[in-house]
Amino acid sequence: MAEMITFREGVLEALFEEMRADPSVILMGEDVGAAGGVFQQTKGLFEEFGARRIIDTPISESGAFGMAIGAAMAGMRPVFEVMFGDFMTLCMDQLVNQAAKVRYMSNGAATVPLVLRTTMGVGAGLGPQHSQGFHAWAAHVPGLKIVVPSDAADARVLMKAAIRDDDPVLFFEDRLLYAAKAQARDADESLPLGRGRILRAGRDVTLIAIGRMVGVARAAAEELAREGIEAEIVDPRSLVPLDEALLLDSVKRTHRALVMDAAPLRYGVTGEVAAVLSEKAFDWLDAPVGRLGAVDTPVPISRSLESFVCPTPARVAAAVRKMM
Amino acid sequence: MGASTKRAVSGGLSEAQGVSEDSLRLYRTMLLIRHFEESVRRLAAAGETPGLVHLCSGQEATNVGVVLALAEGDYIASHHRGHGHCIAKGTPIDLLLAEILGKAPGICGGRSGSMHVVDLPRRNLGTNGIVGGGIPLAAGAALAARARGTGEVAVCFFGDGALNQGLLHECMNMAAIWSLPVIFVCENNGYGEFTAMEDVTAGPSINARGEVFGIPSVTVDGMNVRAVRAATLDALARARAGQGPSFLVCNTWRYGGHHAGDKQDYKDDEETKRWQALDPLITFAKTLVAEKRATEDELALIEEEVARQVKEAVAFARAAPQPALETLELHVHG
Ligand SMILES: Cc1ncc(C[n+]2csc(CCOP(=O)(O)OP(=O)(O)O)c2C)c(N)n1
Repeated sequence: MAEMITFREGVLEALFEEMRADPSVILMGEDVGAAGGVFQQTKGLFEEFGARRIIDTPISESGAFGMAIGAAMAGMRPVFEVMFGDFMTLCMDQLVNQAAKVRYMSNGAATVPLVLRTTMGVGAGLGPQHSQGFHAWAAHVPGLKIVVPSDAADARVLMKAAIRDDDPVLFFEDRLLYAAKAQARDADESLPLGRGRILRAGRDVTLIAIGRMVGVARAAAEELAREGIEAEIVDPRSLVPLDEALLLDSVKRTHRALVMDAAPLRYGVTGEVAAVLSEKAFDWLDAPVGRLGAVDTPVPISRSLESFVCPTPARVAAAVRKMM
Repeated sequence: MGASTKRAVSGGLSEAQGVSEDSLRLYRTMLLIRHFEESVRRLAAAGETPGLVHLCSGQEATNVGVVLALAEGDYIASHHRGHGHCIAKGTPIDLLLAEILGKAPGICGGRSGSMHVVDLPRRNLGTNGIVGGGIPLAAGAALAARARGTGEVAVCFFGDGALNQGLLHECMNMAAIWSLPVIFVCENNGYGEFTAMEDVTAGPSINARGEVFGIPSVTVDGMNVRAVRAATLDALARARAGQGPSFLVCNTWRYGGHHAGDKQDYKDDEETKRWQALDPLITFAKTLVAEKRATEDELALIEEEVARQVKEAVAFARAAPQPALETLELHVHG
């Protein structure tokens, strides 16, 4: 039986494996070298691969990320770390106007094979400028791919897939999952991005969740099961490309769907997925597609206020009961 | 910057520098750029160019002096006034012009236009619609070259306007701490859009912007192709020897205004006349004749040949079809 690994270790293993396999993979970020990363997420890489491949950047997110793009265009496969997702705003121009557009602008002759790896997470008491997830923003930009892993095993295989992908991939890690363990899984190691997973089978409703919301969906499903409602949980794993076929197939069997995300509800991931289901599975639906997201506020630092920001198992269960 | 630091307009190159170069190739390439740009100007006036086009007539010596000093494997990153860089780096002019007109056979399939030409097979990381946007791309290509140990150098071109983008300073700092093989080339044509460089640029000099990072920084007569070439060769030697980045400030002049059609009311006639007297083509032609590298007749023949080439490119690009609708959604992702 495969060993249990934490989410943090899952990503780190992927980095070790891909860096050993391909000398063009480099890692760039703040304190990622000898220090091993502020979350110990890059521990040991510097010792094995040295300063030419594990590059400690100054606190210059815009320039350093722009350089990662240039390096990618010139044949490297950089993994670029942005310590907190909130700081991605400093990379926005490079991300949106350069990385995302190069393949299109070059008519397919140039690619930007890089991974922007960043963290997010509501619930650690880090407040308005250290909690936010920008996966929905990024998903709106043509040319980017968006991955949001929900457990350690997926974190490992999806990071490997992201590094091998020839497009710019944004990899969003929820820090609240970092210590969570799962069994390492090699089965879908060579899958490209864009394949979702059914995590729990059920006949009554489909819960569509990404990242940490998968755990929330699981807890809600257990609660609902005690009442005789069997929820299916589907994790699309990447938002772009989106495994529409898997989602539609599930919804056509359960006839109900609830989409959830830990980022603000307004104009977010849930609205997009709900629209896809409504447009493409309308005739199979017995209720409007439901959605739950974070409240539309910055993330407050107070524990009691913060605990209210994201969907909880109780709220998910209540929303499902309403649509039955 | 104060009036006392107004840019030097004089030449002052040492004739000994750069004489081993293929002088006629430098001349021919500059001439090709000039004829190309003047054709684009006419096409723009006739409403045939979608989007904005920014012409580099007047800046040919800077374009050619730098790019023709590079090896084929070296990278460049250009900016919005970048046709000359593309031509010097070898993009065929018919495909470049078709791109500027948004036509199917354009080098990028007619989807990118003047400001977004990417020609990676020729190691051109692209012209760029974002002021300063190409700077980190070149620095990153230099980082890749250093990581691989393959010895290529990367050049980023930018205008004086980009001096005030934080991105430049971030990248200069990183290039310096990592001794990257990158050459920063500021094409200082005195204006960013309609604003004089001096009015928006603080500090004792432009060079100081590089010197503060310990980057060897020189001011170069950007109207003199040999002076630019000599400074580039110095910088290349340093880069290839692992001695890190250099900063060249090339003082030059754009004839045509910010974009094709700009009336340039913000420039005074005296200033324009002074710079026109330094036209890189006229002055270099005189030098070539004086050095007996070519006769006036031979230069006239070159010009005829270049004019014919550009005329053919114009005919090709104008006759070329629009991209097929089926290409619209291609190459967003792999
Ligand atoms: C980030 C950004 N800001 C503003 C513009 C609009 N713009 C295009 S060119 C230009 C002036 C640039 O001046 P300079 O760098 O000196 O180059 P020049 O046009 O003189 O060659 C401006 C402001 C832009 N394209 N990108």
